[in-house]
Amino acid sequence: MDSLLAQVDGFMYPNEIELQWSVLIVLYPYITGLVAGAFILASLERVFNVEAVKPTYRLALLTALAFLLVAPLPLQLHLGHPERSFEMYLTPKTDSAMAMFGFVYLWYLMGVLVVEIWLDYRKDIVLKARSSTGPVRLFYRALALGSDDIGPRALEIDDRVGRFVTIVGIPSAFLLHGYVGFIFGSVKANPWWSTPLMPVVFLFSAIVSGIALVMLVYMTVSWLRGRTVDMTCLDTIARYLFYAFLIDFSLEVLDLIHRMYEADESFKSLDFMVKTRYATAGVLTLIGIFAMRWNVVIGGQLFSKSFLGYTVYKMGFATREGMLPAILLMILPFAILWLLIRVLPPWLGEGDRGVVETAEG
Amino acid sequence: MPQPLKDARHLVRMAGLFLVAGVGFLVLRSALIPAGFGELGHYRSGALDDNARVEPRFAGRGACAECHDLAPEELAGGAHAAIGCEACHGPLAGHAADPDTEVPPALDTRSLCATCHAAEPAKPGWFPQVVAAEHAGDDACDECHVPHQPGV
Ligand code: HEC
Ligand code: HEC
Ligand code: HEC
Ligand code: HEC
Repeated sequence: MDSLLAQVDGFMYPNEIELQWSVLIVLYPYITGLVAGAFILASLERVFNVEAVKPTYRLALLTALAFLLVAPLPLQLHLGHPERSFEMYLTPKTDSAMAMFGFVYLWYLMGVLVVEIWLDYRKDIVLKARSSTGPVRLFYRALALGSDDIGPRALEIDDRVGRFVTIVGIPSAFLLHGYVGFIFGSVKANPWWSTPLMPVVFLFSAIVSGIALVMLVYMTVSWLRGRTVDMTCLDTIARYLFYAFLIDFSLEVLDLIHRMYEADESFKSLDFMVKTRYATAGVLTLIGIFAMRWNVVIGGQLFSKSFLGYTVYKMGFATREGMLPAILLMILPFAILWLLIRVLPPWLGEGDRGVVETAEG
Repeated sequence: MPQPLKDARHLVRMAGLFLVAGVGFLVLRSALIPAGFGELGHYRSGALDDNARVEPRFAGRGACAECHDLAPEELAGGAHAAIGCEACHGPLAGHAADPDTEVPPALDTRSLCATCHAAEPAKPGWFPQVVAAEHAGDDACDECHVPHQPGV
């Protein structure tokens, strides 16, 4: 008790001294944000036919999938009792936004991402099944659902359905991440969270971080494969990153100005946090977005509801909600991505494009 | 014979897979949801009966008064008058039903009194609270205080 009190500044209610939403709850919106951002980048190419970003299309989809698979894990770890999470599906509670997460998640995973990846890769999967033998062949045949049809008509149908799925996917990606922002934005009791701008702010920071992630993954993968990066592609992505960041930044500033102008009774208390927010919003990196999430989740719990005091957040290391699991959870998606890339190489369908480019360069 | 879905067979299979998964889920769901769920609210209605069947562990102070007429009167004048007997003595339904076989456990006042009176910043200032080591040293609290009439 005394050691806990040492970290308090001013007046805190007893149940506010120790933060309940840990670093894992920072990780969760961060990861879903990466998913949504990566997917939106992929959709750009597909729906708006932006040729330049094509080299990252499949990579972005796989990245989204890898991170989406990990997204619920921080929640599971935070809550404990993972076996109970399935009950969200069995007995859905439609008037609780948190309880509906399972459906938002499942829809986005199975209805959008997996279908889109499957359709896009189908030709490659069939070709792989044809060219391999033994268990590998069986595996790819199963992935192709036993179909061998990659005639032009079938592929055209795939393309059209895939396009449709992508178009449905964009609002779904918005839903997935806007939803996370909505959860925070609808916590009436917390002035740091409670704003209708929250879903939109979350969304755009998601796009920023997702695009940045795909960019980095693309550069790393190219480097690992010994290929030159496609500079037009990178330039285009960087441009989108910049636009998204501009919008994101404007929204954050808008939110800030609004808070300052409104200056309600909570503002004095928020003032000290506002300063940290400026500092982090200025940094255009993945770390920056992570800091933003940190600022929202942890920051929102640092001040007392009495607006008369603050506490600090002490993160454990090798505890269930400590730094170590958080780091492992951030490494895991990359391991999954590596596996996915092995099973479904993104560059197969491009034919020899990559090779030609290196030859030219 | 025209085959409209000839080139979309893989899609039909995919849709079939989703259908099977969906139906499978519904079957699983009907098997896993406990009977009576949702009848009265977002819970299993039988839970109410289960709870009602739990044996009460507390007898309530009215029950104690039937046999211990002294203690309640003793308590009445003091600062502990409003506190339930079993808040200090623990759940005693068994003892109240059959005092000969179940005798209340002896209480260690140093830990008992501390549960309510240990000094803590979160407690309102008017509430009597002490730091046991400073206030009593190693003595038991009931060496100076009468538990039922704690005022000195
Ligand atoms: C049916 C009558 C009866 C009821 C009801 C009853 N008691 Fe008793 N209680 C006794 C008897 C008889 C003894 C003496 C037992 C002995 O000393 O062996 C006793 C002893 C005690 C003792 C002293 C044990 C000791 O070590 O000296 C405590 C404390 C006590 N009861 C508390 C309670 C409380 C609190 C309640 C109400 C929840 C309660 N009793 C209800 C009959 C009853
Ligand atoms: C503030 C805590 C507290 C409350 C409230 C309380 N008791 Fe006690 N009681 C004690 C302690 C401490 C003893 C000392 C005996 C011991 O160490 O077990 C005691 C002793 C007793 C005894 C043993 C005989 C005696 O009088 O010394 C009886 C009987 C008893 N209590 C009954 C009751 C009943 C009945 C009530 C409710 C009307 C009650 N108590 C409420 C703490 C409490
Ligand atoms: C279940 C909680 C509880 C327990 C256990 C408890 N008390 Fe109390 N005590 C109270 C309450 C409530 C008051 C009254 C506070 C008020 O209203 O001023 C009080 C008041 C007192 C007072 C102040 C009396 C006065 O006249 O100002 C003393 C002394 C005291 N208790 C001693 C003890 C001792 C000694 C024990 C252990 C045998 C004990 N208490 C166990 C709740 C408890
Ligand atoms: C050596 C005798 C003695 C012992 C042992 C003792 N007390 Fe006291 N206690 C007193 C006296 C005398 C007072 C009244 C004077 C005072 O307020 O300091 C008192 C007052 C209190 C008060 C009221 C304080 C207030 O601010 O109103 C509480 C509560 C209390 N004691 C709890 C305990 C607890 C709990 C223990 C056991 C850890 C305990 N006492 C042991 C002598 C004692």
